Amino acid sequence: MPASIPLLLLLALAVMVVVHVVVPKTRPILWKVSAALGLVMLGLLMYLGMFYAPPEAFMSNVGRILYVHVPYIWMAFIAFLMNVGCAFAYLMKKSWVTDALAESSAEVGVLFGAVGVAMGSIWARPTWGVWWDWDPRLISTTVMLLSYVGYLALRSFTEDPERRATWSAAVGILSGVSLPITYYSVRWWNSLHQVQSSTASVDKTMGSVLLWGLVTLLCFLFPFIVKRYEIARARQTAAMELPPLEAPRPEAA
Amino acid sequence: MTGETRNRLIAIGAILVAGAALAWVAFGNIGENLVYYWKPSEMVAQGDKAYGATVRLGGVVVPGSLKWSAEHTSLTFEVADNHLPTAQKVKVSSEVTPPQMFREGIGVVVEGTYASDQVFKTNRLMVNHSNEYRAPGADGGMPNDWKGSLSQADTTK
Repeated sequence: MPASIPLLLLLALAVMVVVHVVVPKTRPILWKVSAALGLVMLGLLMYLGMFYAPPEAFMSNVGRILYVHVPYIWMAFIAFLMNVGCAFAYLMKKSWVTDALAESSAEVGVLFGAVGVAMGSIWARPTWGVWWDWDPRLISTTVMLLSYVGYLALRSFTEDPERRATWSAAVGILSGVSLPITYYSVRWWNSLHQVQSSTASVDKTMGSVLLWGLVTLLCFLFPFIVKRYEIARARQTAAMELPPLEAPRPEAA
Repeated sequence: MTGETRNRLIAIGAILVAGAALAWVAFGNIGENLVYYWKPSEMVAQGDKAYGATVRLGGVVVPGSLKWSAEHTSLTFEVADNHLPTAQKVKVSSEVTPPQMFREGIGVVVEGTYASDQVFKTNRLMVNHSNEYRAPGADGGMPNDWKGSLSQADTTK
């Protein structure tokens, strides 16, 4: 994989999210187009991954899980990066939009990350011989997911929307530390998990199917994030419209 | 102090703490306390300290060293630092059936104990796959860079 691809995917997601937020006319359409395209691409990915790509030399057909395991984990990384970006943006300039996007991307990132880890575990059993082992990559990924679960827990424990936005943004930035640690864990420490693959270490056909899988999952990541964002916005609006708790309530008739 | 200024200070504070934490993990000596496995040379260098404790040993299965007895379900092989003939080797005796991928020349991580008879007894054998994904090739599919899957020390040399 050329190093520019993750950045391009992140950029594509950012552009789509900005369009969704800024241009109200695209809101009912864009996510549907993305999801529909994702479904079509997913159907083709099944064919490409199962039949078009060759079996792996050592892992044979088991190796085909590569085409979904890696994309799921990448989407989690992209979502968490977006969370860090939104958290920083919120602290620079208060906005309910960036706060809602931060909430949405963290939650969707945890979802995609958990699916990716589950797939990794399924892959590990026949190849490594174990479902799980406490190797540095698996530990750091667990810590990364748990820190965003903690972030989400903090959000639900804080009642005041502005306090919640401020402090969860700080925690979001702190949780972001787990991203480079997880990424570099396989290089910094001896681990059972292999280091990142490169264009040279993956056969061309396999690499292109993997790229297809990445774009497919990005098509799903976008609707997940914007729909969850809309839920977060609706909750914010509802919270603002509530009368202050101290206000005298009208007498029951 | 306005709310906006306070928020920016929080942002700077969070980034500083995050950066410091990252630097500490990346450049501190946390690696010395976070050892997932020893390579044969590292384990042998520990001397008597390596005996008896439950540790993990990682390396490559030396070609030609694999002995499998189906009758006694006993498996013995040697694990080396790398593919060089001069590499430090350690004998391993396994009580478990290895995963399907297990073969000579592949990377393994074994968990168990090293005894003074110089044999590492394991009851947990893990195979590690390299970062290469290849179609079955004419060369028999031998991974030509298993080291890519092991420590950074191996990938940079």
